[in-house]
Amino acid sequence: MKLITHNMLTSKCMKGVTVGYPLKIQAVDVKTSEVDFNPEFISRLIPKVDWNVLCEAAESVGFLDDLPRELIENYENDVDFLKKAHRVLLEVDIINGELVCPETGRKFPINNGIPNMLLNEDEV
Amino acid sequence: MWPCMKLRHLQELLQQIDDFHKPKILLEQYATPSHLASHMLYTIQTQYGDIDGKIVADLGCGCGSLTIGAAALNAGTVIGFEIDTDALEVCYKNVTDQEFSSIDIVQCDISQDLFTNGWFKKFDTVIMNPPFGTKHNAGIDMDFLKKAIQLSNNSIYSLHKTSTRNHVLKFATANGATGEVLAKLQYDLPSTYKFHKKSSVDIEVDFFRFEVIK
Repeated sequence: MKLITHNMLTSKCMKGVTVGYPLKIQAVDVKTSEVDFNPEFISRLIPKVDWNVLCEAAESVGFLDDLPRELIENYENDVDFLKKAHRVLLEVDIINGELVCPETGRKFPINNGIPNMLLNEDEV
Repeated sequence: MWPCMKLRHLQELLQQIDDFHKPKILLEQYATPSHLASHMLYTIQTQYGDIDGKIVADLGCGCGSLTIGAAALNAGTVIGFEIDTDALEVCYKNVTDQEFSSIDIVQCDISQDLFTNGWFKKFDTVIMNPPFGTKHNAGIDMDFLKKAIQLSNNSIYSLHKTSTRNHVLKFATANGATGEVLAKLQYDLPSTYKFHKKSSVDIEVDFFRFEVIK
């Protein structure tokens, strides 16, 4: 599971959950895999992302490095910044672990890099 | 909008992808044939430029042929969504074998709202070969289409039975997208299940493009 994906996942439709975001990450196994860098794509991706949530997620799995916690101005023209964002958004990959609902503590397992967001009928 | 690989090579790549081991009737698990998947994806890229450098979702990705094909045509990121654990095992193996690192997979139920909360309008392009809703699950194809329209900020490409064309077009308009039929296809369904009496059966399927009304 990439951090771009984590940035979009919520547990909101569970019974009794009001926000369900962001999900906490408890990573057991994290790796990085090289993805082709496309600066134009990353520039268009950044506005879709909750930057604070991304930074916290990156930090919790030990890959924040020197990524700025505040989104800088004119990032479209800053290749160095875009490369850092690219790495955190697309290259960091959580292989095994759990996502945890911030309100109920319900755990969603991650196996083979795939988060399992399925709910039981009585949870919906 | 020139694609980064030839149609023939894309088809050869998709031929190598493993199929459902034990297809499930209730989920209508029919793999997208490789010639069909490759032509769909090729059209999406060459005619509309909707794959290269885009963020793409594949709803009901199954064993991953559309997901892998989109990654092969240089999508920025492809996220495949699938409910079934067995299909995901095959999908995971396919993605790992092909070594496309721009793919991510999520296990979820597309009919649940959990799914759309955080993803609303985040995708440029949604591609899918949804269940046709013929096996005790009437309307599931429209459920998929509704979710696809919620997820996409631009376009959706999908397959639906030709016999339901008018219904599909009306449903799309009512849910915020305009549809057009790009091609009518013969979908060659091999005899996957015991209730199939012939060795294969052709059904008529429309290849749709939907554009989200902004």
